Amino acid sequence: MSEPNCTVIRLQNVTKTFGDVVANHDITMEIRSGEILSLLGENGSGKTTLMNLLAGIYYPDSGDIFVRGERVSIRSPQDAHRLGIGMIHQHFKLVEVFTPVENIVLGLREPYNPAAAEKKIGEICRTYGFSLDLKCRVRDMSVSQKQTLEIVKALYRGAEILILDEPTAVLTPQESDKLFEVLRNMRRDGKAVVIITHKLHEVLSVSDRVAILRKGEYIDTVETAKATEQSLTEMMVGKRVELNIERPPVERREKRLQVAHLSCRGRDGVTALSDVSFEAYGGEILGIAGISGCGQKELLESIAGLQKTEPGSEILYTGPDGKTESLLGKSAKQIRALGVSLSFVPEDRLGMGLVGGMGMTENMLLRHYAEGRSPLTRTRPSRQLAEKVRTDLEVVTPSLRTPVRRLSGGNVQKVLVGREIASEPAVLMTAYAVRGLDINTSYTIYRLLNEQKRKGVAVLYVGEDLDVLLALCDRILVLCGGRVTGVVDAAGTTKEEIGYLMTKQNGTEADAV
Amino acid sequence: MIWTNILGWVQQAVPFAAFLALAALGELLTEKAGSLNLGTPGTMCVGASAGFITVYSYCNAVEEPSVVLILLISLGSSFLAATLLGLLYSFFTVSLRINQNVVGLVLTIFGCGLAEFLSYYFVKSESGNVRCEAAFRVFTAKIPFLSEKLGWFSELFFRYGFMLYVTIAAVILLSLFFYHTRAGLHLRAVGENPGTADAAGISVTKYRYLASSLGAGLVGMAGLFCVMEFKSGAWSTADVYTLEAFGWLAVALVIFALWKPLNLLWGSLIFGFCYWAYVYLPQLLGVTVSTDLMRMLPYVITILVLILVNLRRHKGDQGPAALGLSYFREER
Repeated sequence: MSEPNCTVIRLQNVTKTFGDVVANHDITMEIRSGEILSLLGENGSGKTTLMNLLAGIYYPDSGDIFVRGERVSIRSPQDAHRLGIGMIHQHFKLVEVFTPVENIVLGLREPYNPAAAEKKIGEICRTYGFSLDLKCRVRDMSVSQKQTLEIVKALYRGAEILILDEPTAVLTPQESDKLFEVLRNMRRDGKAVVIITHKLHEVLSVSDRVAILRKGEYIDTVETAKATEQSLTEMMVGKRVELNIERPPVERREKRLQVAHLSCRGRDGVTALSDVSFEAYGGEILGIAGISGCGQKELLESIAGLQKTEPGSEILYTGPDGKTESLLGKSAKQIRALGVSLSFVPEDRLGMGLVGGMGMTENMLLRHYAEGRSPLTRTRPSRQLAEKVRTDLEVVTPSLRTPVRRLSGGNVQKVLVGREIASEPAVLMTAYAVRGLDINTSYTIYRLLNEQKRKGVAVLYVGEDLDVLLALCDRILVLCGGRVTGVVDAAGTTKEEIGYLMTKQNGTEADAV
Repeated sequence: MIWTNILGWVQQAVPFAAFLALAALGELLTEKAGSLNLGTPGTMCVGASAGFITVYSYCNAVEEPSVVLILLISLGSSFLAATLLGLLYSFFTVSLRINQNVVGLVLTIFGCGLAEFLSYYFVKSESGNVRCEAAFRVFTAKIPFLSEKLGWFSELFFRYGFMLYVTIAAVILLSLFFYHTRAGLHLRAVGENPGTADAAGISVTKYRYLASSLGAGLVGMAGLFCVMEFKSGAWSTADVYTLEAFGWLAVALVIFALWKPLNLLWGSLIFGFCYWAYVYLPQLLGVTVSTDLMRMLPYVITILVLILVNLRRHKGDQGPAALGLSYFREER
């Protein structure tokens, strides 16, 4: 074990480019043992790339890396293991059909002995306070269990320096707290911990120092104790940013959607939603909170007509003209024509709604292809729409014809959300609209949603960040395991309460037994 | 009468099952590493023709062919020729990252054509059908004591050539390899999630090359096995099409076995019984059915199994998750 608070890794003038894009430019910084370092920066600021250089995924174009004072060349993940560097990626590197033990020993050169490995894993878990079920398959584990497994895997390989890429993105507040507890145990044990994040409150609560990157440049490292949210944001964005999300007072208008006893099954035949009932009104933003995969997607898709529902479900829609109709049994196209629009941003951003190989114009056209009678397409309205979205939302693209796949993630999302808003819906459903966006763009999206709200649109907002949900939404519906565990008034609740509701199912089940 | 019928059925079905299982085992090894080699029919043809041509030439060249050399030459050359084809497949799909389905289909067309060409060119005969008696005798030699002295037990279990027992051993060994060795774990990881395997320090390239090449080698040997058993050591250019059909059957058998090696044993037996049902089943039942209709049975059964497996939606029944996908490290 190394001395506490001595430098274990030093990056000296490190530069990494991908083609014309400079991901990291001339970065010099250090990582110390016995401390938790936050690496803070907006999306695309090069945090992950920089850490991938340490993990052996990428190799720097120039500059030196020193580990414990020695100049090293990290050419592969194995080199990183040998140097005691372990990285937990955002997308877990686990084989789903294997057991946890098989995953942990994967690729090691030691003799294959699951029983001995299990014993060693048990010791690691006791030392740092992990709870890990070794008997199941990884595919049956929850996201937080998978993350635990990844950390144990790194420690099993003797990691002294642990890098976590956005570890809390998929966790509930309670799970995050548990993770931070484990990280503090590691710090006490003299390990160096780096967490990549853009959540300021986490930075402030868990880390000792904060290193800030902006657009691939290293800005500074500051002591967390001397930093505030405002000062960190300014360093991260480079200018003063208003951090308050506006919540215009509700002018609750007529009821737009009434969902009652909605149940459905997911793709694998397992119940995804059971007995969900709620109402959505024009002129308000209804937030939907929950751990990912708790039925959010199925809920929105049921309303949009993309998901088969179970008998007994009821979805009533009241249009601006006051006519009430059931949406069940209508096709997705008919529902869209009524003014119910859905923009879903999946993890890979392009999975739903946009065609990666097409340009902006053609993607706009996807919404109108069925209009008109001529066999030829009329591209002019779509081109105008694309032009409008591009200027309104400041989409950075070389041309409207550039395949959207080549745009950066934030710009892809602007195209998607912009198109849905442009269709002037009466009900606007968005899921993960700001997933992975930087602060500036996120605020643009919040502003757009608020604009829709003022216009009297009923907005359904599925989000991941509880702070944002609390600040933006009027009411929050909490889903847990496909059930509604509560509908709360956003102004009068706390993060802890929502976090509790997000995991309530286990509690009630335990009570029932 | 019934007993003779059943016995005949078993004695035909078992050798048929054996070479099918061997071919499927080769394809299974390939698929476990994430490569879907649709070149299996072509590989089988190339293995069969290479093995037969070399051993035929050898037996014609010497007066007293030695048993050891017959085995070495025939199995060795079919294995080698097929392995080369597997290497070619790996080069195209792993190094050049060409779509696996395209490469596989191309190799099937290429392999069948090559086998036809080779046999036409090297094995000239008036009737178009030549026989290698010496090799046939070696491949169908029975185990001395066990095959005669145990009555019906011998009739059922020991009336076959040695390749059957080799195949059973190979299936069991490969199953042990997959599930009880570190290299097997690595191989499965490559087929399930190459990105993870790569990050864990496993060479995806190495495992895919090895699995595809050795798998193809097994498929090639199965081709020769088929010529010796099913065709009784005779070969003609037209046999290429019979072998091609069996190659597709082997690909289907891998799916039928749900990618588990031990399932190949009974799965291939079912295929064997189904295949030979056109001779024995109508007799047993005392009815007349169209032969062509009956010969569809193995394929119909495969389709039924696929439907059943999908209805059950059991997660463990799926093939390797990365099956059919090329792996790029730099892709984000």
